[in-house]
Amino acid sequence: MNLLRTLLIRREAGIFVMIVLFCLAVGVVKPQFLSLNSLRIILLLVPLILIGAMGQMLVLVARHVDLSIGSILGLSAMLTGMMFKFYPEIWWPLGFALAIGTGTALGLFNGVLVTYFRLPAIIVTLGTLNLYRGLTYIVSDAKQIDRQFVPSALKSMSQTSPMFGIPWIIFMSLGIAALTYVFVRHSQVGRQIFALGSNPVAAPLRGINAARVTLLVFALSGALAGLAGIMYASRWGFVNPSNTGNGFEFQVIAAVVIGGVSINGGSGSVLGTVLGVLLLGCVAAALPLLGIPGTTQSAIYGAVILIALLIDRSVRQQGIKSLTGRGVPA
Amino acid sequence: MSARETAVRPAWKIALYRPETMTFMLLVLAMFGASALSPYFLDIAYILDSFTLSAEFAMVALVLTMVIICGEIDLSPASNMALSACLFAWAQSSGIPMPIAIGIGLCAGVVMGLINGLMVITLQLPSIIVTIGTLTLYRGLAQVIAGDKSIRVPDWFIGINNWIVLGTPFTVLLFAALSLALGLVLGTTVFGRQIYLIGTNEIAATHAGIRTKRIKMSLFVAMGLASSIAGLLTASRLGSVRYDLGLGGELQMVLMAMLGGTYIFGGRGTILGTFLAAWLLVVASTGMTVANLLPAVQLTVLGILLIVSIIATNFIYSRTQR
Amino acid sequence: MKKSILTSLALGVTFAATMAFAEPIKIVYIGKNTGNPYFDSITGGFQDACAANGCEFEFVAPATAEATSQIPIIEAQIQRGVNVIGIAPNSPDALNQVLDDARAKGILVLTVNGDLTGNESHRDATILPVNFDIVGRDQVEMVGSLIGYEGEIAILSATTEAPDQNKWIVGMNETLKSDPKYAKMTLVATVYGDDQPEKSTTEMEALLANFPNLKGVIAPTTVGIAAGAQVVQSRGIAETVHVTGLGLPSEMRDFVKDGTVTAFQLWSPYNEGWLAVHFALGLLDGSIKNEVGGTFEVPNLGTITINANNSMNTQAELTTFNAANIDDFNF
Repeated sequence: MNLLRTLLIRREAGIFVMIVLFCLAVGVVKPQFLSLNSLRIILLLVPLILIGAMGQMLVLVARHVDLSIGSILGLSAMLTGMMFKFYPEIWWPLGFALAIGTGTALGLFNGVLVTYFRLPAIIVTLGTLNLYRGLTYIVSDAKQIDRQFVPSALKSMSQTSPMFGIPWIIFMSLGIAALTYVFVRHSQVGRQIFALGSNPVAAPLRGINAARVTLLVFALSGALAGLAGIMYASRWGFVNPSNTGNGFEFQVIAAVVIGGVSINGGSGSVLGTVLGVLLLGCVAAALPLLGIPGTTQSAIYGAVILIALLIDRSVRQQGIKSLTGRGVPA
Repeated sequence: MSARETAVRPAWKIALYRPETMTFMLLVLAMFGASALSPYFLDIAYILDSFTLSAEFAMVALVLTMVIICGEIDLSPASNMALSACLFAWAQSSGIPMPIAIGIGLCAGVVMGLINGLMVITLQLPSIIVTIGTLTLYRGLAQVIAGDKSIRVPDWFIGINNWIVLGTPFTVLLFAALSLALGLVLGTTVFGRQIYLIGTNEIAATHAGIRTKRIKMSLFVAMGLASSIAGLLTASRLGSVRYDLGLGGELQMVLMAMLGGTYIFGGRGTILGTFLAAWLLVVASTGMTVANLLPAVQLTVLGILLIVSIIATNFIYSRTQR
Repeated sequence: MKKSILTSLALGVTFAATMAFAEPIKIVYIGKNTGNPYFDSITGGFQDACAANGCEFEFVAPATAEATSQIPIIEAQIQRGVNVIGIAPNSPDALNQVLDDARAKGILVLTVNGDLTGNESHRDATILPVNFDIVGRDQVEMVGSLIGYEGEIAILSATTEAPDQNKWIVGMNETLKSDPKYAKMTLVATVYGDDQPEKSTTEMEALLANFPNLKGVIAPTTVGIAAGAQVVQSRGIAETVHVTGLGLPSEMRDFVKDGTVTAFQLWSPYNEGWLAVHFALGLLDGSIKNEVGGTFEVPNLGTITINANNSMNTQAELTTFNAANIDDFNF
């Protein structure tokens, strides 16, 4: 009974169970789903979302939200792509510096507006979502960066692998997740983010510099979105001003919320977020396999988010019940 | 108490120092800017005609303003429009008589609003996530019903936006009338007052005896109804119904509310603000489109507009009581 | 004497002034969406033709390729008083109302690169690169030649409602059913990548997983064929699975050079713009009549015939691109 209670209370366990159940269910209908190849497909679908989710998790924990990461991804990818196109002799890893730098700058702009102008993050990032996408079009003159301009060394990061046939790009995203875990658990700033999100009023009274922490989370979110930008070029081999990063923020937020990060800030875990991303990846890979037409796929995504929410609520109820020993206040 | 502390602020300052004034100024600015950008802009008939393209969204945005003031949010209206319209179109194309088909569409909208309300109020889930979920779900269901085809509506049903009454297209007039009605409800009735109170401090409002849950539920249902009506109006304007009807509309509606000075966390905002903001958005985007500006510039301008407006709104709210 | 000289002088000046201020023809081309490299070529054709013939040209496109996204743009063009609207429609019927408005005001409406299937009465003429009826047939032949005319094939298309895509898919199905040459080939699936690289890739991977004996894939969309080729390249299965379809030489060059893709087809989008301008100008000044069966001359393209439904083609057959000629093209 204790195991069951732990399962119900530990959110991460709940998601893990959902993943296993889902994969088994799909595997019954389509045995190919439970293959190494399938795992490879799923893993290849998630690195960009995983990187973005780490950043978004920090922002959500701090009780803000960043809706502009898709456009940050697009603008960073486009600037990096243009560098590759117009300066092909440059040592290509510099692209990483450019992409992450651009992302950090764009994220900092968000952070400044939220911190010093005290604006609600949801509106600010809604504005920058449009602003950065518009800038992407302007900077690229609405032209895409074709495949031949992206360095093949970059593209092969998504194809060649150091071990197990798993490409570099996946190791990179898992590495980011590991780094985030260390940052959150074992660094003072990491703990401060959680404190600030839990209680924005009390945290400064405890000596936490709210402005600095907020700027940091937005800068990190932007930097990671920028990294996802150059990874986009690696994964797909081109950059398009309309498509690159379009809708990215919603996929990321869905994954993060499913992973148990509370929209009210203050709680969330790296493991949960990783599992949330994995679950979405499994669903995304399974749907075409099951022959479910694109027309129904969106309905299923919506249903998955709602189910995750309901599970979240029941888990919280159980948790609250066990803590207070009585019913939940109305 | 010194005389300085008790001095009352002059009436004109109270009246003008509000977010709606800022919206109005931006609107005037946009009119000047658009006229300067293109000689083809300053044509009343054209501007009114362009408004009909957004009139359906604008009407729902009015109700959305009330929802946001109340402290919640609803991101599903555009998908609601699509699903209601698809159900209506499918019903009437299967031979069901028109009045019943319309009824089906409207009922569907109300049911969808109810579902949102139930999940938010009874199950106490955060409205932003619930409505993101239902936005995807409803759109997906619309896809299931309509597939990838367009469903035609009968010829007599088409073109409600072309019906000119008193010199303006009908849907624009409808929007103006709805703004007036809702503005009166929100500004002068007890119900309206209570919405503001709930948005300011829900727990205090509940303890003060205000029927918080009932009011919130009624707002979600109103959203559902408004969305389904908007969906039917859009079906009439387009002449056919597809699952992607109104795609991205929720963003436009939220924009209208935000540009109008509605405070995202609830408790502040007015119908007048949303009304002016709807015109601001139409003027700005029409002005840019008729000048053949590419989406590149339009998106950038939209983003800057939103940021500027939110800075100004925040500034004003931090300086005034209300 | 003086009076008549003055009068004729005045008349002459007025006449010259009218000539100088005579409005040039205004042509606009509305693409499916912005940031799509395919339309850059067509725009090039429009621009060069207008530069050569003295008309004004502008290109606009919405941010997204939804069915209704072109409506405000069309209305804006009507407001601007253009003479010719060229458009690559995002939907076969959502634009009916607004195109009728345009034609009621005397604007010539040409659909370029795609047509309003089932709603042709709402446009004046259509300019297509080739006769769309042959595309399905030629693409089936292309994939057949790559797989030895036997085995399983699949179609990776774009969006479900794109009228051009659906026309070609119908053609492919008919060819497979009726021509005994392809009797040993079976079409196992038609999937839709929505012209999105991510979706096209996942659909391609699903095809490979669901149909392990798949031998050929027809992707009549530039985004789909590139995504499909990318999957084949990263898995190294170019020998067993042959990807072909309609692609841009610039996007497919790498794949052809390393052997992932043997051959694919397309046409010259540039010519469509070129033809559109000449046809429109000819109609407006009366030198061309918009009648089925009529013919007219266009520099660089030769004789163009107006076919059934007022449609014209810029070339008779699809151009096949392979390792031998891939470097000759720069679009």
